[in-house]
Amino acid sequence: MNWILIGIVLTTFIVLGSPRIVPRIKAVAVQGGLLSILQFIMRGTLFDIHSALLLAITLVIKTVVIPLLIFRSIKDVTQTVEKEQAIGSHLLLLMAALIAVLSFSSIRLLPLTSDVSLSPLLVPSALTTVLVGFLILVTKTKATNQVLGFLVLENGIFAFGMTIISEFPMMVEVGVLLDLLVGVFVMGIMIYQINKTFDNIDTKVLTALGDVE
Amino acid sequence: MIFTFIIPLLFAIVTLLLRGDAYRVTRRRFLIAGALLHNACTLSIPFLHGEFSYKPFIDVDSLGFVFLILISVIFTATSFYSLGYFPLKRRSAEKESGGHIYVSCMLFFLAAMTLAVSTTQIGVLWIAIESTTLASAPLIYYRQNKRSLEAAWKYLLICSVGIAIALLGLFFVVASAKGLNVELSLASLISHAKGLDQKLFRLGFILVLIGFGTKMGLAPFHNWLPDAHSEAPSPISALLSGTLLNCALLGIIRFHQISLAAGLGAFSSRLLMIFGLISLVVATIFITRQKDYKRLLAYSSIEHMGIISLGLGIGANFASLLHVVGHSLTKALLFLTAGNILILYRSKNVSEVSGLLKTSPPTGILFVIGSLAIVGSPPFLPFISEFLILKTGIAGGHTIAMGLYLLCLGAIFVSISKAAFGMIQGKKKEYIWGELPKFMIAPQTVFAIAITLMGFYLPQYVAMLLEAAGRMLGTL
Repeated sequence: MNWILIGIVLTTFIVLGSPRIVPRIKAVAVQGGLLSILQFIMRGTLFDIHSALLLAITLVIKTVVIPLLIFRSIKDVTQTVEKEQAIGSHLLLLMAALIAVLSFSSIRLLPLTSDVSLSPLLVPSALTTVLVGFLILVTKTKATNQVLGFLVLENGIFAFGMTIISEFPMMVEVGVLLDLLVGVFVMGIMIYQINKTFDNIDTKVLTALGDVE
Repeated sequence: MIFTFIIPLLFAIVTLLLRGDAYRVTRRRFLIAGALLHNACTLSIPFLHGEFSYKPFIDVDSLGFVFLILISVIFTATSFYSLGYFPLKRRSAEKESGGHIYVSCMLFFLAAMTLAVSTTQIGVLWIAIESTTLASAPLIYYRQNKRSLEAAWKYLLICSVGIAIALLGLFFVVASAKGLNVELSLASLISHAKGLDQKLFRLGFILVLIGFGTKMGLAPFHNWLPDAHSEAPSPISALLSGTLLNCALLGIIRFHQISLAAGLGAFSSRLLMIFGLISLVVATIFITRQKDYKRLLAYSSIEHMGIISLGLGIGANFASLLHVVGHSLTKALLFLTAGNILILYRSKNVSEVSGLLKTSPPTGILFVIGSLAIVGSPPFLPFISEFLILKTGIAGGHTIAMGLYLLCLGAIFVSISKAAFGMIQGKKKEYIWGELPKFMIAPQTVFAIAITLMGFYLPQYVAMLLEAAGRMLGTL
């Protein structure tokens, strides 16, 4: 299980650090796959129909449907190496590393891990993923990257959900999957519209509204 | 009870299938029928005594019922208003479309909001509030131009992240109940509240407050709100401000209920108070120099959400709920009237609007009543509730908070009245589109009469309902 958690944190870093969009989307897809497997392991029960079905659904949605939706929405967008964020990528990675260090060292502050059957890495990895997801959201300006940041954030929350999955499995799965699927669907349409209206998907062009003239 | 939710959902799916201009009239009929049936079902709830409910998934308690009535009334008014507004809008030069998506999104939105206020299962509550975002984003994008796209994107992204944080908070709350063998219903959580892990619950409450607070428009998470409210078509702004914010508020109230039962009332009340005051101050700052009257109204919504949050924080439950009613009705009145002004003057700038009383006397009078009511001048309903909050606050010894509250209200009173009276007075402007249709006057007139009469006399049934709802927030 620890290997999966490390994989989740690493994919988060790829989404943050990779300069091209395609590897980023693939990293999110891999992360989704890892989470589906993690969820399957956490349920503990071996092969009953229910958990097998849930594994299949989460896998399909997180690794196939959502990445495809994003790929589709950027089909007509020219892909270049981006220099778009407000902060340079080295500094960004450094900040993410700092977040990871802080999350892993503050593990004792959160009383979520009293359960001995859980890996002690679970909560820090989830926390890292959530916070780095935030970092991606606030520092990237392209609409697609913001959606990817949102996906990483949601994945982190899903990982947090693992701490309560033994008691409320439906809550976690229904919540996260529904949210993701529909949310990304609507966001995909919006990205398409932004691209059509502005000829690019950089949200820096979205500055018409505000209180200061 | 379940029909209040099923009917709009069903109609939404049907109207989604009726594409094209040929079905425009049919879609409109579905919208009106949906609104009226929703009214009928809502009104029948007290007489059904809990039949047709699937506890805890569909379970309207008196707190939810207050919000449900507001949704039903305001939705009906905006549907009728849409009948007058959109044909007139299409005649104007602006290229506007939305077509079959508009009606179905309205109905989906209604279904989602209805579910949000008529459930006591916190998972379903979260899903419902999430779906309100998704159903209303296309409505904000109705104009399909650059500005509305920007507003819709901000709305979608900021609220989605907010809702995601609320989910995280929900996980923490659930984790705090680990080992207690509870269900995720409000009743079950409240009855086991004493056994909750306090540290985890506090964390969860903070996250939920931030998450739903984003949706509710509490500062400093309010950035999407002025943009969305000013760019959406006016009937949608009325719906967003009059009903959507309330749904998120109810989400917070539900967790406040658990917190009160868990003996953490002081903690959650203090948080509500702090966020309420921040919202008040931020709204005051932005209202003072606002040039766009729809943004002005949007910031006023932030102000009133702040007042309600502050009121709940100091324990003025009845007054806060009364203020929810007063604010929703007044703000729906004002946003719909703002739609009239926009059609008459084709500008959102305060400085470009003048002579409203002469240009269109009914619109002018409605705007005067609305503005007077929203700044809290007597004898309208918001005055009563704002005064009651002040009274409770001073009696409870929150002198500094109440001083700040009065200061903000005073500043807002001056700014909004100044803007409003500049718009009302002056020379007459010639009509471009002839007389405004009845549908664009009648819904606001009903609201205006309601807030005026309720300022003088609160009907006994309403008072009883609000008191019952307020008792649910009583400290145990």
